[in-house]
Amino acid sequence: MNTFLWGVLPYLCVASLVGGTVWRYRYDKFGWTTRSSQLYESRLLRIGSPLFHFGILLVFFGHVGGLVIPESWTDAVGVSEGLYHFNSLLFGGIAGVCTLAGILILVYRRRTTGPVFMATTRNDKLMYVLLVGAIVLGLWTTLVSVGAGSEAHNYRETVSPWFRSVFLLRPDVASMAAAPIQFHIHAIVGMLLFALWPFTRLVHAFTAPLHYLFRPYIVYRSRDRQTSGNRASRPGWSGVGTTDRDPRR
Amino acid sequence: MRVMAQMGMVMNLDKCIGCHTCSVTCKQAWTNRAGTEYVWFNNVETRPGQGYPRRYEDQETWKGGWTLTHRGSLKLKAGGRVQKLLGIFASPVQPKLADYYEPWTYDYQTLVEAPLGDDFPVARPKSLITGENTKITWSANWDDNLGGTSEMGHLDPIVAKLNDSVRRESEEKVRFELEQTFMFYLPRICEHCLNPSCMASCPSGAIYKREEDGIVLVDQDRCRGWRQCITGCPYKKIYFNHKSGKAEKCTFCYPRVEVGLPTVCSETCVGRLRYLGLFLYDADRVTAAAATPDEADLYEAQLDLLLDPSDPEVIAAARRDGIPDDWMDAARRSPVYALAKKYRVALPLHPEYRTMPMVWYVPPLSPVVDLLAAQGHDAEDRGVLFGAIEALRIPVDYLAELFTAGRTDIVTDVLRKLAAMRAYMRDVSLGRDGDPSIPAAVGLDEETLYEMYRLMAIAKYDERYVIPTAHVERAHELEEIGCSLDFDEGPGMYESGPFGEASGRPAPVAVETFNALKQRQTSESTTPTTASGELRGRVNLLNWDGRGAPPGLFPDDSANGSDGGRTGDAS
Repeated sequence: MNTFLWGVLPYLCVASLVGGTVWRYRYDKFGWTTRSSQLYESRLLRIGSPLFHFGILLVFFGHVGGLVIPESWTDAVGVSEGLYHFNSLLFGGIAGVCTLAGILILVYRRRTTGPVFMATTRNDKLMYVLLVGAIVLGLWTTLVSVGAGSEAHNYRETVSPWFRSVFLLRPDVASMAAAPIQFHIHAIVGMLLFALWPFTRLVHAFTAPLHYLFRPYIVYRSRDRQTSGNRASRPGWSGVGTTDRDPRR
Repeated sequence: MRVMAQMGMVMNLDKCIGCHTCSVTCKQAWTNRAGTEYVWFNNVETRPGQGYPRRYEDQETWKGGWTLTHRGSLKLKAGGRVQKLLGIFASPVQPKLADYYEPWTYDYQTLVEAPLGDDFPVARPKSLITGENTKITWSANWDDNLGGTSEMGHLDPIVAKLNDSVRRESEEKVRFELEQTFMFYLPRICEHCLNPSCMASCPSGAIYKREEDGIVLVDQDRCRGWRQCITGCPYKKIYFNHKSGKAEKCTFCYPRVEVGLPTVCSETCVGRLRYLGLFLYDADRVTAAAATPDEADLYEAQLDLLLDPSDPEVIAAARRDGIPDDWMDAARRSPVYALAKKYRVALPLHPEYRTMPMVWYVPPLSPVVDLLAAQGHDAEDRGVLFGAIEALRIPVDYLAELFTAGRTDIVTDVLRKLAAMRAYMRDVSLGRDGDPSIPAAVGLDEETLYEMYRLMAIAKYDERYVIPTAHVERAHELEEIGCSLDFDEGPGMYESGPFGEASGRPAPVAVETFNALKQRQTSESTTPTTASGELRGRVNLLNWDGRGAPPGLFPDDSANGSDGGRTGDAS
């Protein structure tokens, strides 16, 4: 069981993440969008969305710091385990709470604003369950660690080596198996989220427009040589009406 | 100097009767789809009025267009690049659906299915967003013909500006009482700007300007729905498709323009007020012109960008920059260049946004004429008209805020030219000698005034629309490059590919049907055939024009002994 969860599942998830992203980018560029619902509702979004997104960015960088950077490196620059742990719990906790508050506002908005709820697909709902689950479970690990005080489990001796070993193609199943249960569940939900990632609206994160900072303001492009004249009909040209929303018809 | 070509449009507002035909045909062609129910690539506003979306011209609220930094360089009014990226998670300035309107349909089915009863069944309005019953409270032209303006006219940003600042000292306000007010229609499409702020706002770089004809388009495969362009465009002519999550905008009907046809809005315009043609401009000077320090000089700066296609220096530079000769010829015959630069009667909409818009407007003389006629004056008389343009300050001030960033002298000049054209041509059409002092009074000679009259009043179809045919020729080149079998009667001649009908690379449909139809309709013989006696091109029921008998369209009646070439009276 441990071998499957920590030796096989990670690779299945990476395959799904990478393969799925490549497939989606090649065959569904038209569907590659944030699917913003700001047109329908703006007041709650203006609070919830930045709270969630900035929070999750901090959480992301926190995970990079905790999982990728070996403990020996931080020891070498004189950061003690106690100091590191205090910082990670403090800032991780704040970022996590912000993220959770943000996504709860967004989910509430999605459920209570009619047009936004109607624009929510089953795919979105599954994604929200996994995303909220991963955030809640992550905060749970933080809470358990805070509760345990100095006795807290040092995940940098169990989870982090396993995480790095996965990418070195020699998964260190034993050290991950030694981590407490809350880390196990959090990791599994996280892996499932990444496996599902390319098939949800989350793909917009992969095209974060950082190149905007460097590109010229005005973009010239030559007429599309491949498709002068009309094209075959494309997605986005479905008819007007309430048919798709009105079960009576 | 880097010469680039730009498709442009001029609208002669005097001729607009506000029939909304352009809006309706445009909607049928482009935005009659789920997700774009509220979208009008072309809309017609009554001015004074709030416009669509409501109060879009109030850039202090909507942050569209460009502004100058204290160092004098251009900056997006909504903020710099870092600021825009930080605001990406919830766009800080974004029109809501209520600022456009909530689109609706009617429950027509009730009319058919309602059981027999004493009451007439009613088709209730249903929201196209929620599908629920809705109350209709606003639309894209809710204040059409000044409807409700006596209550809400002050919400027009230009009226507000005139009433608040400009005219405070004279205590003369824009009035909305029936006998004192004025109105005209303002049809609006995307301006296809030379310095588009939507493009500059797009984090993904999905919006681009075509090198060949300057049409501004959104790459639907690269748009990620960050919505910054909607904030960026001061004309609010980029819309969010709420189904696909992508930005959409007026395409200048590029599939039609590519084959030399006018845009749908122009083609269907009842008043024939739209002109299409080429501008040549100097692409190297655009940014500097847009950064002109004083807003009031922006109109002149924009005019300076336009190059004279008859100037030998420009011709040489254009040839160097790869502009085909027939395009140069089209540029020389361009009606939009003539109206904007030669006669100087067309003005850009809101040059103060610094986007260098390329849809120009001939300001209407009719508010002045209507007011004069209502007061019992002879509104065709030069003296009366000239005097009235000077005296009726409010329409002129209003037009100046729309078209020249407040420069009333420019608007007055244009209106005087239009008035001179009326007065001079009245003499001519009444059989009297034209009075040469009339054109002289507005700085024109008689010949130029007559040319202007011909372009503006007679407005022949092929003088209104000069769309270079090079598009077609280039498309042909491309087809031939694409498939070496595309020679006459070759297997690739608009025919099917190796895997049957419609396989292989598609022939561009617009080019195919356009050329096939044109050839069939203009050829001498009733059955345009190749040397081997076969009909050229693919003919089906959709593009068959009734001439000849295309193979496969009718049952083979040779068994009955009748002539295989005849049609119509088939057994």
